[in-house]
Amino acid sequence: MSKGQKLLNWVDARFPLSSSLKAHITEYYAPKNFNFWYFFGSLALLVLVMQIVTGIFLTMNYIPDASLIPGTKLSVAFASVEYIMRDVNGGWIIRYMHSTGASMFFVVVYLHMFRGLIYGSYKQPRELVWIFGMLIFLCLMAEAFLGYLLPWGQMSYWGAQVIVNLFSSIPLIGPDLSTFIRGDFVISGATLNRFFALHVIAVPLALLALVVAHILALHEVGSNNPDGVEIKANKDPLTHIPLDGIPFHPYYTVKDVLGTVVFLIVFSGIVFFTPEMGGYFLEANNFFPADPFKTPPHIAPVWYFTPYYAILRAVPSFAGTQVWGVLAMGAAVVLFAFLPWLDRSPIKSIRYRGPKFKIMLALFVLAFVGLGILGVMPPTAARTLVSRILAVVYFAFFLGMPIYTKNDVGSVPVPDRVTESNGQRKLVFAVLWLALIAAASLFAKVI
Amino acid sequence: MKQSFRHLLAALVLLMPMLAHAEEGGPVLDKAPINIQDTESLQRGAQIFTNYCLSCHSANAMRYNRLMDIGLSEKDIKDNLMFASDKVGDTMHVAMDAKDAKLWLGSNPPDLSLEARARGADWIYTYLRSFYRDDSRPTGWNNLVFDKVAMPHVLFAWQGDQVLQVGKDADGKETRQLVLVKSGSMTSIDGNKANTAEFDQHMADLTNYLVFMGEPAHVNRLQIGYAVLLFLIVLLLPLAYLLKKEYWRDIH
Repeated sequence: MSKGQKLLNWVDARFPLSSSLKAHITEYYAPKNFNFWYFFGSLALLVLVMQIVTGIFLTMNYIPDASLIPGTKLSVAFASVEYIMRDVNGGWIIRYMHSTGASMFFVVVYLHMFRGLIYGSYKQPRELVWIFGMLIFLCLMAEAFLGYLLPWGQMSYWGAQVIVNLFSSIPLIGPDLSTFIRGDFVISGATLNRFFALHVIAVPLALLALVVAHILALHEVGSNNPDGVEIKANKDPLTHIPLDGIPFHPYYTVKDVLGTVVFLIVFSGIVFFTPEMGGYFLEANNFFPADPFKTPPHIAPVWYFTPYYAILRAVPSFAGTQVWGVLAMGAAVVLFAFLPWLDRSPIKSIRYRGPKFKIMLALFVLAFVGLGILGVMPPTAARTLVSRILAVVYFAFFLGMPIYTKNDVGSVPVPDRVTESNGQRKLVFAVLWLALIAAASLFAKVI
Repeated sequence: MKQSFRHLLAALVLLMPMLAHAEEGGPVLDKAPINIQDTESLQRGAQIFTNYCLSCHSANAMRYNRLMDIGLSEKDIKDNLMFASDKVGDTMHVAMDAKDAKLWLGSNPPDLSLEARARGADWIYTYLRSFYRDDSRPTGWNNLVFDKVAMPHVLFAWQGDQVLQVGKDADGKETRQLVLVKSGSMTSIDGNKANTAEFDQHMADLTNYLVFMGEPAHVNRLQIGYAVLLFLIVLLLPLAYLLKKEYWRDIH
């Protein structure tokens, strides 16, 4: 027995090292037909790690202090971000990676969620995988919102003001609740300190724990696939290995390395050549230091919140309170978690579903993108009307689901085994995406 | 692989319409003719900035010795550009007291460290050239881009006097135009035609400098960016592709 083997045996007698590696990596059998959409889970993990590592280095030089540096017009917090950008070696790379990472996290997670929608990954037996995922999504939104206050620019300040004020519309406890959140009667240094604590400790801890739970739950039931076929139903009678399964390592590790390299090319393109991404990843107004006495004429959240922000604005006040918009916005996020029970179809994958689901999903995507575009723009009468229509479509996708997924069967039956990729289907997908891009740019121009 | 890459591109292009829409309202801005790699222009801009702007506006995120990035030596900086400080590692403070500023100008002049990132180069370039005579204002000056601005036209000796002409176009819509009525040291009027090229060039230099000051690492960022992309695309991408292909040969 070699020395290495001896050491491994010693560890294995005390810690489940080899067995964990086997269970989760080398002998975790994943369906062999994962396609493009299955890159985004591992990419989300990559971005999470990147955010944590860059975040650690930012914390070494960032100072959560809203007071002004004597003799200047800059707050300590704002100046410390510029100190990172100018005086810390490599500081600008780390900061741009973190700010780009925040937006790319949402890009990746939205695409990851879309994958779940088209292939029915939330359906039995993966309900808990989906619920943990939704909790991760909530944490991610909280994390992004909290972190956005830290540079202490105009948009940081007024964005936080708007969002925290949403809580004050809750009847009875609202005003006290928003004061409790801020730790002051306005957004102030006290708010900055607690948001910093929550952003660097509390939410990341919850996020990490949830990611572990998400992956453990997934590995317990096994991965879904683009055909929505349970690969565990067809095992080799001798080895008990799924016939359509391949070990995660080395097959999907090398495939994810490729996905990672492609992602990094896009990511570096943004970090090094357009870190502001036209004002959508880093808003121009946030380069003005926070000024509590000067409200910006147009307060827009960062792009990843705009679909929900548009829903918030679309709901009119009713019975003397504006809480309905807040409730609608909350519902728009939370409804995702109920998908496993709203969807009544036994078919998982969109490949074998009937036309009703396909149409509703297409309308939902249009509504989501449309609301996202409207949420960036200042409201007008026409835009509010369109927002309302799109908000109704958004909710109809969820609330109508128990009805339209019943008896909605496609022309091709669900196969017993996973199938090869299909060029025609890829073409249809590509055409639909191009059509969506064209429609979205036209919509953004016209509206 | 090709397919995946195409899909990823498609997904990213999907985000573009969100990026495409333009800011609404406000006057039309002139495109700033600047080049962040033109160190001579940046040096001229730095000279204008430290001589004319820094008396009232601070740039507290900017250190004097960072001007070495645009080809100046520590001696150049100390001898020619430092009026408010004597240590070359200092940030660009302003000598004027904040309370005095408020009293004299009615408003505290903003710190200009990040002005170009917040407003954009085109805004600054247009703003600097859009002051006009307005007797209703306490300073006697107003600005087409920033209505009722507290700042007087500091560089009027260079530009001369402009006045605002309000007219109507063919559709009956109101037009607002600035006309040079009195030439300054960098402009001339020949009949109906104003020659402002020299003044415009100086304002472009100043704008260029403000853009540099907003993000001194800009040029370095692009250089590193090309190296990173080259490494990823030329070396890592083919390797990762071949590795994947090799391992997946026996699947399907």
